[in-house]
Amino acid sequence: MTEITTSRAERPAKDAVKDESMLKQKAMMAGHYDRLTSATERGEKVCATFVPGNLNELIMCFDFANNLPEVNAIQNGLRKKSGRYVMESEKLGHSEDVCTYVKSDIGMMAMGNLAPNGKPLPSPDVLLLSYTGCFTFMKWFELLREQYQCETIMLHTPYEGDGWVTENMRNYMVKQLKEEVIPKLERVSGVKFDIDRLRENLKRSAVAEDDLVYVLQSAKNKPSPIDAYFGGIYYIGPIFGAFRGTDDAIDYYRTLRAEVQDRLDNGRGPVTPEGDMGEEKYRLVTEGPPNYTSFRDFWKMFYDEGAVVVASSYTKVGGVYDFGFRHDPERPLESLAEYCLGVYTNRSLPQRVDMLVDYVNEYEADGLLINSIKSCNSFSAGQLLIMREVEKRTGKPAAFVESDLVDPRYFSAANIKNRMESYFQMVDQKRAGVKGAAA
Amino acid sequence: MKNSKDIIDRCQQLYEDLDFTAAREWKAAEPGRKVIGYMPIYVPREILHAGGMLPLGIVGGGDQLEVIHGDAYYQSYICRIPRSTIELGVSGRLDFVDGMLFPSICDVIRNLSGMWKLMFPDVYSRYFDVPQNYADDIGGNYYKAELKELCEGLEDHCGVKITDEALRRSIAIYNENRRLVREVYEFRALEPWKAPASDVYLLIRAGLVLPVEEHSQMMQDWLAAVRHEDRPMRDNCRVVVTGLFCEQPPLNLIKSIELSGCYIVDDDLLLVTRWLLGDVPIDGDPLGNLADAFLHHSESTAAKYEPDLKEKGQHLVRSVEKYGAEGVIFASPSFCDPALLDRPMLQHVLADKNIPYIAFKYAENSGQMQPIREQAGTFADSIKLWSEA
Ligand code: SF4
Ligand code: SF4
Repeated sequence: MTEITTSRAERPAKDAVKDESMLKQKAMMAGHYDRLTSATERGEKVCATFVPGNLNELIMCFDFANNLPEVNAIQNGLRKKSGRYVMESEKLGHSEDVCTYVKSDIGMMAMGNLAPNGKPLPSPDVLLLSYTGCFTFMKWFELLREQYQCETIMLHTPYEGDGWVTENMRNYMVKQLKEEVIPKLERVSGVKFDIDRLRENLKRSAVAEDDLVYVLQSAKNKPSPIDAYFGGIYYIGPIFGAFRGTDDAIDYYRTLRAEVQDRLDNGRGPVTPEGDMGEEKYRLVTEGPPNYTSFRDFWKMFYDEGAVVVASSYTKVGGVYDFGFRHDPERPLESLAEYCLGVYTNRSLPQRVDMLVDYVNEYEADGLLINSIKSCNSFSAGQLLIMREVEKRTGKPAAFVESDLVDPRYFSAANIKNRMESYFQMVDQKRAGVKGAAA
Repeated sequence: MKNSKDIIDRCQQLYEDLDFTAAREWKAAEPGRKVIGYMPIYVPREILHAGGMLPLGIVGGGDQLEVIHGDAYYQSYICRIPRSTIELGVSGRLDFVDGMLFPSICDVIRNLSGMWKLMFPDVYSRYFDVPQNYADDIGGNYYKAELKELCEGLEDHCGVKITDEALRRSIAIYNENRRLVREVYEFRALEPWKAPASDVYLLIRAGLVLPVEEHSQMMQDWLAAVRHEDRPMRDNCRVVVTGLFCEQPPLNLIKSIELSGCYIVDDDLLLVTRWLLGDVPIDGDPLGNLADAFLHHSESTAAKYEPDLKEKGQHLVRSVEKYGAEGVIFASPSFCDPALLDRPMLQHVLADKNIPYIAFKYAENSGQMQPIREQAGTFADSIKLWSEA
């Protein structure tokens, strides 16, 4: 759920040549933060919302700049600032037990609320509490509302408890959009809602979504031209953030797709911070968010071993597109509702297991690796059962490591490395066993 | 007339019985009876009752259950209640339960609903969602349709029939139960020395495993008994305890708070028993009436969105004022996101009103009460000093 700009500390090795898509994304992100930090002086209103259930196409209809606090937390994690922010927030009375995204955000506010460009972020004019896939969201925006005292709009997405969307859920969401969300956004922005403008935005979303899916599914090839977790996090950046529905996103994904096609055509593996990855030795599916404070170290543990992630659930947290869903200009509000209903963390546990099993099979992976995040009950509660189920159904080994999103105190490189090394040995043994049995 | 000790002894037996013998006996008494488990925070038990089923509250394993399997399902940074609930399931203690309802309270219980589906595929498991939008034609219609779906699911799975007539009868029976629960709470607030918080807890908790009619009778008997009994009044201060709405504190924790000099005059334990604040109307559309009560006359808690910033936390202030409390104790389960994320906001509201508070965390199996006793004792002393000053 991120857009990543590279900090000094995380700068790639000198010899890594940046693809055009990377440069483009970097420029888009810089533009995003410049827009946000100059919004007040330019008289532009700001809407804050969450990545899962991000209604960027709708927000754009009211000329809001879209500020996504999770994206800020990630940026602070990558820039190694989140640790201080989390501690600041704990000093202010927030429990050590709760989600560190929230605490990073609150700590950041307390310490000047600076964007990656060093300028202060504006206070939001409206908090769009798109309540999708995570209970913490509600508390998070209640806390921000207390701070900013601004209009807060709840959009409640029912959970797909039984593994499907009912008519009742969809109608409930459409009705909320029509009768609560849109009128309130109109009021705060002073802009009249124009459904044709929304349709145009959705049309653009669908174009970019097609290209994103192509990119993600390119990992079915051997070798995979992409890493669908660490690299994937870059790829989802624009579409999960403030760019879905824009021409910029269309351009970005078109460029990215062409680059991936080129890699495929030339039999090249994924890009890593140290250039092209060497021989592909292991193909993995991952479940759970990454750790951002040691993002590069974590990634290195993979590519150093020749492990590539071919599919990940995290890259579905801001929208699941690879099973066919697209934003649909013909059914604008319904498709926004279905988008929210379908994000990964709003899916039932059995659905999540099905998806991961599918990934292991479809992408011919060697197994599943779960990075269990201390902060995140939405992802983490139940992951040990998920692991056992996926192992049982695929016959492939799984591994479990623990860290946190943006709290550096919970990243133990040595433990994770050990765990990963024994996991790769397990995969080797499994392969040897299969070969032995076949011989 | 029964004496209160006998009643509470019976409640204590029910509390300690991790095999749910009473519910098993109820089920065995007539062929075809069904038992439906539910977790915190709220389910409309009227619907289960109207289908002739026994609603069975499952609130974890407490401090007496040895968790052998449950820990293999959860990381160390997740609260205790889901793992002890899994333990109850895996160890066969819930093998007589025909269905399980997992209310919308947090991501842990939400995900547990899916785990239950995978682990116990023959049991009817349902995530029970509730609206966070309180407009009648938006959240209300959604909720009514959810209730209808719940009825149909139960009818299909359990072979029961849930008619409007039966629903109306059940609403009336639960109205009475809620009235009695409120009476018990009012009584405790008026004469807390006669109604120790641990007794009140056990009495209310019995309602999670007994048929509602029996529970109502039990509360009536208890009220009649305690009104005539005398117990020494202590020089305790009066506190509201909050944060206890899901994972249960050990009984010893409740006792410790009182022993350290605080009378508990209100709490948010076992909210299902008084979630709906007034009587639900009996006439008209019963599901509509339940929906209306949920939207407009139900408790406030961390799992429920408060659309009005000015109202945030006011339920706690009102409770303090209504029951003449002198302070608030925030007791939250470790790793409980809803309780712990809500806590600072509630504390700000209290601070604005100059209401003193303290905070600590617990787990359902916490053994060490000394630190809590000391903290609560110091709190009680400071309140007394403060009020004398
Ligand atoms: S609990 Fe998980 S999904 Fe929710 S805000 Fe935190 S990291 Fe995001
Ligand atoms: S104790 Fe808190 S976090 Fe745990 S299941 Fe209950 S509400 Fe959820």
